[in-house]
Amino acid sequence: MTSLLNQLPIGLSIGAVLLLTALGLTFTFGQMGVVNMAHGEFLMAGAYTAYLLQDWAGAQAVPVALPVAFLVAGALGWVLERTAIRHFYGRPLDTLLLTWGVSLILQQAARDLFGAPNVQVVAPSWLTGRVGLSGATLPHARLFIMALAVACVVGIWAYLGRSRQGRRMRAVMQNRELAAVSGVATGRVDQLTFFIGSGLAGVAGVALTLVGPVGPSIGTYYIVDAFLVVVAGGLGQLRGAVIAALALGMLNSFAEFWTDASLAKVVVFAVVVAFLQVRPQGLFVLRSRALT
Amino acid sequence: MSARLRGHAPFAAVAVLLLVVAPLALPAFRLDELAKYLCFAIAALGIGLAWGQGGMLTLGQGVFFGLGGYATAMYLKLHDAGGDLPDFMVWSGVEELPALWRPFGAAGFALAAVVAVPVAVVLGALVFRQRVRGAYFAILTQALAAAFVILLVGQQGLTGGTNGLTNFYDVFGRDPEAEGTQRTLYFVTAGVLGALYLGARQLVRSRFGRLLVAVRDGEDRVRFLGYNPATVKTVTFAVSAGMAGLAGALFVPVVGIISPSLLGVVPSLELVVAVAVGGRYALAGAVLGAIVMNYAKTSFSEQWAGGWLYLEGALFVLVMTLAPRGAAGLYEQARDALARRRGTPAPAARPREAAT
Amino acid sequence: MSDALLEIRGLKVVFDGFTALDGVDLTVGQGELRFLIGPNGAGKTTLIDVVTGLTRPAEGSVRFAGTELTGRREHRIVRLGIGRTFQTSVVFEELTVVENLDLAAGFRRPLPALLRQRRGMSDQVAAALDTIGLGDLADRPAGVLSHGQRQWLEIGMLVAQRPRLLLLDEPVAGMSGDERDRTGELLTEIARDHTVVVVEHDMEFLRRYASQVTVLHEGRVLVEGDVATVQDDPRVQEVYLGRGREEAA
Repeated sequence: MTSLLNQLPIGLSIGAVLLLTALGLTFTFGQMGVVNMAHGEFLMAGAYTAYLLQDWAGAQAVPVALPVAFLVAGALGWVLERTAIRHFYGRPLDTLLLTWGVSLILQQAARDLFGAPNVQVVAPSWLTGRVGLSGATLPHARLFIMALAVACVVGIWAYLGRSRQGRRMRAVMQNRELAAVSGVATGRVDQLTFFIGSGLAGVAGVALTLVGPVGPSIGTYYIVDAFLVVVAGGLGQLRGAVIAALALGMLNSFAEFWTDASLAKVVVFAVVVAFLQVRPQGLFVLRSRALT
Repeated sequence: MSARLRGHAPFAAVAVLLLVVAPLALPAFRLDELAKYLCFAIAALGIGLAWGQGGMLTLGQGVFFGLGGYATAMYLKLHDAGGDLPDFMVWSGVEELPALWRPFGAAGFALAAVVAVPVAVVLGALVFRQRVRGAYFAILTQALAAAFVILLVGQQGLTGGTNGLTNFYDVFGRDPEAEGTQRTLYFVTAGVLGALYLGARQLVRSRFGRLLVAVRDGEDRVRFLGYNPATVKTVTFAVSAGMAGLAGALFVPVVGIISPSLLGVVPSLELVVAVAVGGRYALAGAVLGAIVMNYAKTSFSEQWAGGWLYLEGALFVLVMTLAPRGAAGLYEQARDALARRRGTPAPAARPREAAT
Repeated sequence: MSDALLEIRGLKVVFDGFTALDGVDLTVGQGELRFLIGPNGAGKTTLIDVVTGLTRPAEGSVRFAGTELTGRREHRIVRLGIGRTFQTSVVFEELTVVENLDLAAGFRRPLPALLRQRRGMSDQVAAALDTIGLGDLADRPAGVLSHGQRQWLEIGMLVAQRPRLLLLDEPVAGMSGDERDRTGELLTEIARDHTVVVVEHDMEFLRRYASQVTVLHEGRVLVEGDVATVQDDPRVQEVYLGRGREEAA
């Protein structure tokens, strides 16, 4: 029973990482129709940022890296949007392939810069303990990741709902043409969305250093699941992403517990396909009358 | 020369090149390499059909390739073991032949290509019926590829894990290392590719092919013409999966191994890259793209392993940006430009499928 | 009524709390040419969307030749013999004009027949091509057609489908004067041996080609009758006040 209870926080923290990764994707996908396969490499950039900052910040590299990684990954995303992706709007499948090419290059660049073997980021001492929680124990690190995810969700929610920029972003997401003729500079909104979305991947990457080693292909392990979260949650839907990420995280962890790690992925896949039978467009959908 | 004959001329030229020139000119091990590329070309042909003609970007063809490959490998393994357990199972501590393996002892090869089809039919029917399409479909197929590989790696005793299935001593009564066997396998692979190409071309030109293009360009409109797009897409996806399965089934005797690293997200995407570079709207582009890209990969990797990834990535970015219709598209453009200069008016806005 | 082809009873459609259609009754008889008019948001397009299976009603029934249509999938409804066009015409740009028509004519073919290549033109396709007068462009890709020609091709595809009921959604929207005349003639010709329902905004076009008219307003049927009756009805004038004057000018 205790071991079953232990799955709960593990599931929650897997969900939290998925959520951090999927948050950026759901907005770039939802707003711009861009399937960014290089998003996983922004995650990697965030993780390596924490690794590099160890020289300077020592054991406190992780907290220091959070804002830095946001900027680094955000800048990478911004450059990608400006140089390539903006020429591809309205062609989601082509952006998928384009960004995969970029992802290959970034991975190989990481291999050349940091070496192919995995590296380790030392967690600060205040993140290495465990807390007891009604029979189950929970590592501080996982608790921290969950808190980080909550903070990011609250931040995004406030940004979308309260700020002028956020409202513009929602306007573009719901109806790009109408927003454009209403005087919203959609191009600038796109840049900002891409910056923030990619920056969040950087933050997720820093969080990942707390649960495992960092390698050039770290992004590829999370990108596929994160896309499943977006698909199950509905495009550009904050609520959907939160629920789907937690559900998939839990499902992963319990399926691993009942079967084994290799079957768990198949179970998750089957559940997502089954779910799409009921809700083909994900949990939440922006309704429109247009015949697509 | 009549138009009909002219249409067949490039095909005949390639056939002569593959069936006569290559076997005479290439040393045995190069011919074997070429056979491997031809296997990938078969899978690429399926992608050309599903993606180029049908608009279904399938990023999980590795799964179907793998199903065909593992089915054949299981048959060969059981045949080698001759009633005992296959070697790797003994090493993994498996004591009894798993139920999953039993059917492959007998009908083996016949099952190989077929096994991918029902999987694609079930997935396609579920997904397309609910109008899951575009990027959603691409993401789902990619997730399938990821899950499939993790499953293969995890089920060591059943699948040989990371190492996959290898060390076959007897391929249909012949020594797999012998030059004669390799040569025969090469001709079989080339023959299968040629036959499938002709079949696919016929499909594209048929009414079904026109319908498929219509579904690609306006799925919702097609519904109001009285057709069910889900059926059209499921059939096409299944055909494409069947081709990948057959490719995998041929790959195993040709190369002598099937392992998860050949089937995952990246190899599946690489097949798509090859099709994009060759030209997704032209079946011949898909086939030639697969051959050339895999040849380039082999020769480049021999020189500078890491460089290939840069090159592949850069090539992909360039093709998507500058020539989304790939080499075949460039060829058509050049041909039209040439025709214009000669004064014969180029057929305006010729349907892209016309080029095969 | 024994000769009713389409019978709509008590139809109600709700979008996220907004009632688009509220208890609509409509009967279209065999061989009739019926115009469906009304101001923006009256529910005209929603009505054909329900008939063709694109939108599911909250309440009510739609019977076509005695068969209930609600809950059926779009392509099934087409197979029963109902065809429609869309406001923004959708033809398959990469296929030639003949291929577009052939596709429309072909849904009754069994699957094996689909695997064969098309040779020449079937009578059905030739007749449709003749009706819409695009014979010169038969082997050109539909992508090169003008806006008006596309609309005609769509109507031709509809005819080639050989439906028992045709639903046209604003066939003359965005057309030039000449194109309108041509479309009107086409419509008259088709209506001779088909049952047709036309949704139209254009009052001028209505006056020239309509006989029976149903006016929708805010999701309900306001008036039904011949053109003169409808035009003289004070309620219709009120609904169209402002708009009507502009368009009549």
